[in-house]
Amino acid sequence: MTYWWIGDLIDAVYVVAVLVFILGLKALSGPETARRGIIYAGLAMLIAVVVTFLSPGLGNFVWIAPAVAIGGLGGYYWARVVKMTAMPQMVAMFNGMGGGAAAAIAAVELYTVLPVAATSSAQIVACLSVAGAVIGSISIAGSMIAFLKLQEWMPSKAIVFPARQVTNMGVLIVGVACGVLALITWNVFWLLPFYILLLLYGILLTIPIGGADMPVVISLFNALTGIAVGIDGFALVNGPLGDAGYAMVIAGTLVGASGSLLTFLMAKAMNRSVSNVFFSAFGAVEETGTQMKGALKPIEASDVAVLMEYANQVIVAPGYGMAVAQAQGKVKELADLLEARGVAVKFAIHPVAGRMPGHMNVLLAEAGISYDKLFDRDEINAEFPNTDVVLVIGANDVVNPAAHRQGSPLYGMPILDVENAKNVIVIKRGKGKGFAGIENDLFYRDNCHMLYGDAQKAVGELVSALKK
Amino acid sequence: MAADLWTALFIALLTAFTGYEVISRVPVLLHTPLMSGSNFIHGIVLVGGIVALGLANNTPELIIGFIATVMGAMNVTGGYVVTERILSMFDRSKQQKKPPATPTETKPGGGT
Repeated sequence: MTYWWIGDLIDAVYVVAVLVFILGLKALSGPETARRGIIYAGLAMLIAVVVTFLSPGLGNFVWIAPAVAIGGLGGYYWARVVKMTAMPQMVAMFNGMGGGAAAAIAAVELYTVLPVAATSSAQIVACLSVAGAVIGSISIAGSMIAFLKLQEWMPSKAIVFPARQVTNMGVLIVGVACGVLALITWNVFWLLPFYILLLLYGILLTIPIGGADMPVVISLFNALTGIAVGIDGFALVNGPLGDAGYAMVIAGTLVGASGSLLTFLMAKAMNRSVSNVFFSAFGAVEETGTQMKGALKPIEASDVAVLMEYANQVIVAPGYGMAVAQAQGKVKELADLLEARGVAVKFAIHPVAGRMPGHMNVLLAEAGISYDKLFDRDEINAEFPNTDVVLVIGANDVVNPAAHRQGSPLYGMPILDVENAKNVIVIKRGKGKGFAGIENDLFYRDNCHMLYGDAQKAVGELVSALKK
Repeated sequence: MAADLWTALFIALLTAFTGYEVISRVPVLLHTPLMSGSNFIHGIVLVGGIVALGLANNTPELIIGFIATVMGAMNVTGGYVVTERILSMFDRSKQQKKPPATPTETKPGGGT
């Protein structure tokens, strides 16, 4: 027995859910309200899922219940047990899951529509599903490669193979052509090569991208998944239970828009275009010809401790090296010791330091460092000339003054101008080059000294030297 | 039928601007929670998975729909938990904020 008002009730609940989504996203953009924001969004999601579950006409509950249970518990468990330092790959992984789900939903739609007569509405659904499948497949395959690279189950450097551009383009074109053939011939057969080739394209696209470009990659795939979900929503709007489609259109478009914006911000922070990040295999070529004047000057931890103890202000510039060594706890200890001695301590955060947008902020927050001590590049660059000591921990390209030198591959990248400080101490594992394969001019400057060692160990030495 | 599509297009257009406006002034500090939070929000794909699976009427559709729903559910819960964990750290750092240490007092050799 059905009630006439049930459809309207479900619609009304979706409207409320969407409103709460937008409020939640809005709250996510301020540090004071962010936590409330995710709780709002979570509530909206729960409402939307429960309402969908109760929709009249829905069947196969014996399939739905275990699917939700397996995925839900699996995702919950995994996200709970993983260490904070593994957050970038977790975000990549869960994003890939969303892209895969979008691709799979498109497959179900195509499987439903293609064998029946080619009515105009079926054609629309089929076209939209093909589009959603293309983007969703690229997103899951690419995200999985990003996951493998970040997890270091795969070399994180840029991997280049010959005739890469031609091969990739060929795979993409043939793959999409198979999708178009499926639409023209209304034959399900073409879906198999279609999906295989697009997944392959997602893999090929991401393999040549090196670790330091991951902030751009992760946020782009995030946006792509959003778009794929939105397109799937369009396809569902036409079918029975179309209201779920509207919810997907709205949530997907929100993510697509905000994710694209974040992607451009990240690329801009490196003075490169998004397509340059994806197609140039940056970091695979080494700069040749430039000879460095001067020498690398090592320094002892005890000397650094004295230098910092008598400083007016110490600015810490962290990078991926701090994350790898999990040195953030030691860094907090160091900052506390210095502050107890009346030294002002600030943190200079480059937008693309680390492996995901805002990576350094999260790690420092984990260590318990208050976020009002963290400063963006634009806020802190003017302070370096008046700073006695800058401590660079495992950062390289984002502090490389080569960015100011015409002809350098880094030329034009906005950097942290740490070279302007009176003393620069660089904590670094060895003499190797940065991710970009470019010599760092900074290390050869007169005011720069190298403290070699793993970041956690080196900062630990500083801490014990200060305690003496 | 096509009317639904046009409605959806209007909605998408307005949502795109909303998304852009809501996010455009986000501080660098919150880039990770924002990305992770939007990662959670596209977990709405779970709803699509449930619909696709709930309306499936042959074995291939059931299997693919099942996969879609599992992945969508992982996206939702994983995305939520990760975001929550990240934000709880920002919260904690706020609570731990200590009164500013009195400067120069303990600084050796400082001042006069």
